[in-house]
Amino acid sequence: MSDVAYEAVIGLEIHVQLSTRTKMFCGCELGFGEPPNTRTCEVCLGLPGALPVANAEAIHFGLMIGLALDCDLAPRSIFHRKNYFYPDLPKGYQISQYDEPLCRGGKLGDVRIHRVHLEEDAAKLIHLGTSGRLHGSEASIVDFNRGGTPLAEIVTEPDLRSAEDAGEWLRLLRTTLRRLGVSDVNMEEGSLRCDANISIRPAGTHELGTKTELKNMNSFRFIERGIRAEIARQEALLRAGEPVVQETLHFDPRTEAITSLRSKEEAHDYRYFPEPDLTPVGITDAMLERARAAMPELPAARAERFERELGLPADGARLLAWRTELGDYFEAALADDGDDAPEPQALANWLNELVARIETDDPAESQVQPRALASLAAMVAGKRVTQNAAKQVLDRLVAEGGDPAAIVEAEGLGAIGAGDELEPVVQQALDANPDVVAKLSAGDMKPIGVIVGHVMRETRGRADGGAVTRIVRQKLGL
Amino acid sequence: MTDAVALTAAQAAAAVEAGDLDPRELFEAYRARAAADDLNAFVWVAGEAPGEPASGPLAGVPLGVKDLFCTEGVPSQAGSKILEGYRPPYTASVVARLAEAGAPLLAKTNQDEFAMGSSNENSAFGPVLNPWDRSRVPGGSSGGSAAAVAAGLVPWALGTDTGGSIRQPAALCGIVGLKPTYGAVSRFGMIAFASSLDQAGPLTRDVTDAALLFRHMTGRDPRDSTSIGLPEEVRLPSARRLDGIRLGVPDDLTGEGVEPGVMAAFEAALDRARELGATVERVALPHADYGLSAYYVLAPAEASSNLARFDGVRYGLRVEADDLLTMYTRTRHDGFGAEVKRRIMLGTYALSSGYYDAYYGRAQRVRTKIAEDFKAAFDAVDFVVTPTSPGVAFELGAKTGDPLSMYLNDYFTVPMSLAGIPAISIPCGLSEGLPVGLQLAGPAFSENRVLDAAFALEQALGFDGSGARQ
Ligand SMILES: [Zn+2]
Repeated sequence: MSDVAYEAVIGLEIHVQLSTRTKMFCGCELGFGEPPNTRTCEVCLGLPGALPVANAEAIHFGLMIGLALDCDLAPRSIFHRKNYFYPDLPKGYQISQYDEPLCRGGKLGDVRIHRVHLEEDAAKLIHLGTSGRLHGSEASIVDFNRGGTPLAEIVTEPDLRSAEDAGEWLRLLRTTLRRLGVSDVNMEEGSLRCDANISIRPAGTHELGTKTELKNMNSFRFIERGIRAEIARQEALLRAGEPVVQETLHFDPRTEAITSLRSKEEAHDYRYFPEPDLTPVGITDAMLERARAAMPELPAARAERFERELGLPADGARLLAWRTELGDYFEAALADDGDDAPEPQALANWLNELVARIETDDPAESQVQPRALASLAAMVAGKRVTQNAAKQVLDRLVAEGGDPAAIVEAEGLGAIGAGDELEPVVQQALDANPDVVAKLSAGDMKPIGVIVGHVMRETRGRADGGAVTRIVRQKLGL
Repeated sequence: MTDAVALTAAQAAAAVEAGDLDPRELFEAYRARAAADDLNAFVWVAGEAPGEPASGPLAGVPLGVKDLFCTEGVPSQAGSKILEGYRPPYTASVVARLAEAGAPLLAKTNQDEFAMGSSNENSAFGPVLNPWDRSRVPGGSSGGSAAAVAAGLVPWALGTDTGGSIRQPAALCGIVGLKPTYGAVSRFGMIAFASSLDQAGPLTRDVTDAALLFRHMTGRDPRDSTSIGLPEEVRLPSARRLDGIRLGVPDDLTGEGVEPGVMAAFEAALDRARELGATVERVALPHADYGLSAYYVLAPAEASSNLARFDGVRYGLRVEADDLLTMYTRTRHDGFGAEVKRRIMLGTYALSSGYYDAYYGRAQRVRTKIAEDFKAAFDAVDFVVTPTSPGVAFELGAKTGDPLSMYLNDYFTVPMSLAGIPAISIPCGLSEGLPVGLQLAGPAFSENRVLDAAFALEQALGFDGSGARQ
C-alpha cells in the first residue's frame, strides 16, 4: 500500500483586478496608493440609499477575457448578492455573479476553463498590533480605496497535475491577460490572486479524492511551494491511513506551515440571490464586435507566428511570445532597423544576452533602446564588430545607453579585418610562439588557437578569428 | 395670507406665478405650522426659509420628505435608532430633482422603521397621530407624510411604497397617494427596504397636486439602473367623464375581511363612476390571494440583505464591544426595532441554503403569476379598482401585538406592488367619520390615464378633507 504512486488533481481560481478607469459599480477612479479613503463615494462606502451601476468597461474587459479563453459568452447574465458580514465589505454583501456568469467553458493551453465572472473587490483591512490578523489585534482600520475595484474571477477545471504545471499555466494566463491589457496582473501588488483546489488520487485512477482549498497565495513562488506542501501533506495522510478532510487552508510561506481556516461545516451560507438593484447584463452584437476588435494577438498565436514567419525554433518562439514584454521588445527591434535588418534568430540571441544583464523583467525599461540592440546585432552580422567586442558594447549600453556605432567608434572596438592593421599583430603573435609555428608548418593545425588567442588579447577581441587564420595560412604558405 | 394654507399646492404655485403670493411667506406659513406639529408627523423641520426663494415650475411650494430619503446635511434616519442623527453627505436624486424644479425641503416626516409597518407605530421616534382622530394611527409606513398633508402642515409630501406604504396611509388620512410604475422614479438615495418593490411617490391633497409633483419626480436616472422614467410627459388631469371606461373589481379582492362601512363607501363610489359613464365588471386575478404570502417572503429577503450594511462599522449607532462579532450583534440588537428584526430573520431564513427554492424561488414564481394575472385583466378592463385598505384608521396599539392582522392591511395594495404597476388611492367617503380610500390601478406606465380617471372620480365624489386641517 505504502508504495502507491499518487497523482495530484489541481484546479485554480484566479481573481484578476481589472484596470478599468473607474470602479465596478461607481464613478470613483481606481486607487494606486493614494492616502486612505480618498477614492470613495456613497456607493463604494455602502452608504444608505446608494445604488450600484455596472461599469461598461469592466463588462467589455470581461468579454475580451472570455474571447481570449475561448469561452461561451452568455447573451444574458445577471449579478447576485453574496451575503456575509465583514468590515471590509461595506454593504454586508458582495455583488458577484452566481449561476448565470458572463462566460462559461473555454480553454487556455491544455487547461479547460470552467467559468469567468465579474464581481467587486473588498476594501483593505489593516490590523494594528502584533498579530497582523483581525483576531487579537488592538484595532483594525479600513481603507476603502480598493473596495469596489472590478474583479474577474477565472475558474479552471481540475486539469493540472503538479505544482510546476500550475505555475507554468498561471504564467501563460498572466501573459495572456497582460497582452489583453485588461489588468496589471501583478501578484505582489494583489492585482492577480490565486486559490488552488487540490486533491490527490492513486496514479492511473479516475475517481477524485477529497479536495482542500488553499487560499490567497500572492506570488508564483508561494503558489508552487504551497501546492507542493499541500500535496505532500495529503500524501502523508493517505499513507498513514488517515482521510483528507475537506477544508479551507492557509499556507504560510515563511514557515511552510499549512493551517485550517475553516472546515466544510463552518462554511458560510452566502444566501445568494439576484441583485435587485441591477438589471441583467445583455450582450449586444455591437458589444461583441467591439470586444473582438480590441483583441490583440495572444501569446499562443504569437509564438506560432514567430515560428512560421521568422523561422525561430518552437521553444525560442515560446520564450519570446509567452513573455509579452520580451515579444514586444523583440518586434520593436526587428521593425526598427530598415536598411540593416538583423536576422531574427541572431536578434533573439542578443535579446537573451540583454535580459541576462538587466535587473528588470522588461528590457524596454532598460537603457538599451530596441533600435540599439538591432543595430548591434546587424553590426555583428556585417562583421563590423566581433561577437566578443559586441558583448563589451552591450555592457556599455546597459550601463549608460547610447548608440552602439558611436561606442564602437569612440572605444575603437571596430572589427579588425584582413587589412594592414591586423597583419603586424599576427606577425607579432607568430614571432612570439616559434614552437607553435613549427607545429603549424609541420601540418598540425591544432595549436592555431594559441595564435588566435594571442591576437584577440592584443586587439581586445576586435579581430575576426577567420581573418587571423587566413593570414597565418598565407604567411606560412599553408 | 392666511388663505395660503387653504390652497392646494398647484393653486399655491399658480398664485406665486401670478404674483399674488410671496413664496417666502408661503414657506414661512407652513414652517410655522410644521414647527407647531402635535401629531409627531416630523422628525426634522427646517429652521428657516432657504436664502434664495426657489424658482422653477413648482414656484417655491415647500415639500415634506419621508425620513428615508437622503438629504445632504439633514437627518435621514429611516425611522430607526440605528441611524439616529445620521446626516448623509448627498441628496436623493428625486429630492434634488424636486428642489431644482422649485420645491424646497420643509421637513422630514416620521415613518415606520425602514418602511416596515402599516401604522407608523414602528418608528424609533414614536407613533404619528391621525389628524382625523388622534387616538388612531395614520397608516404606514409613510404615516408622517400622510398625516402632515392631511393636517395641512405641509402642502404636499414624498412617500415611498413597497407594499402599500403610500396608498394605505393616504387612504387612512383622507388624501391622495400615488404609487408609480416600478422604474418611473429614481430610487437613488432612498434608504432601501425591498429594492425590487420600493417606489417613491407623491402624497397630496388632490389628484392634480399628485400629477404636478409626479411630473417633476419621474425620469431616468443614470445612478439607478432600474429607473426608466415615463415614455410620455405627465399631464395635469382634466377628464370630467368616464365614458367607455371599464372598471374591474377583482373576484377575490372584495367581501370577506372588509369592514362594512368601507365596502359601502367603495360601492357608492362605483355608483358615481357608473354615473360618469363607466362600466363596472368583475375581473379574475386568480393568484392575487397569494400576493401577501409571496410579498412577506420577497420583501424580508431583500430587506435582510439591504439592512446588512447597518453594522456599526462606518456610520450610525455602534455599541462598542471587545470583539467584532459582539460589536455587530449588540449594535444590531440595540439599533433595530422588533418588527425590523422579525423581517430580517424571516428574510434570512427564506434565502438560506436548502430553503431558497421553497420560499424565495416559489415567491418569485407567484410574483410572475400575479403580473400575468394583471396583464390578462387589462385586456378586459381599463383599470382594476378595490378599497385601498380593508378598514379605516384603527386605534393606536390595536394591532401591535398581532403582526399577521397588521400585515392584512396590505392585502389590497401588495398585488400591484408585486406586479410593478401604478396605483392611486383617492378618498371616496367616510365610514364612522373616518376616511375610506379607493384604489385604482392601471397597466405599467399608464399613470396619465390613472390620474385622469382618478381626477374625474374625485371631482364627482367631492370629498372634503378640510376637517383634518386644524
Ligand atoms: Zn465610489
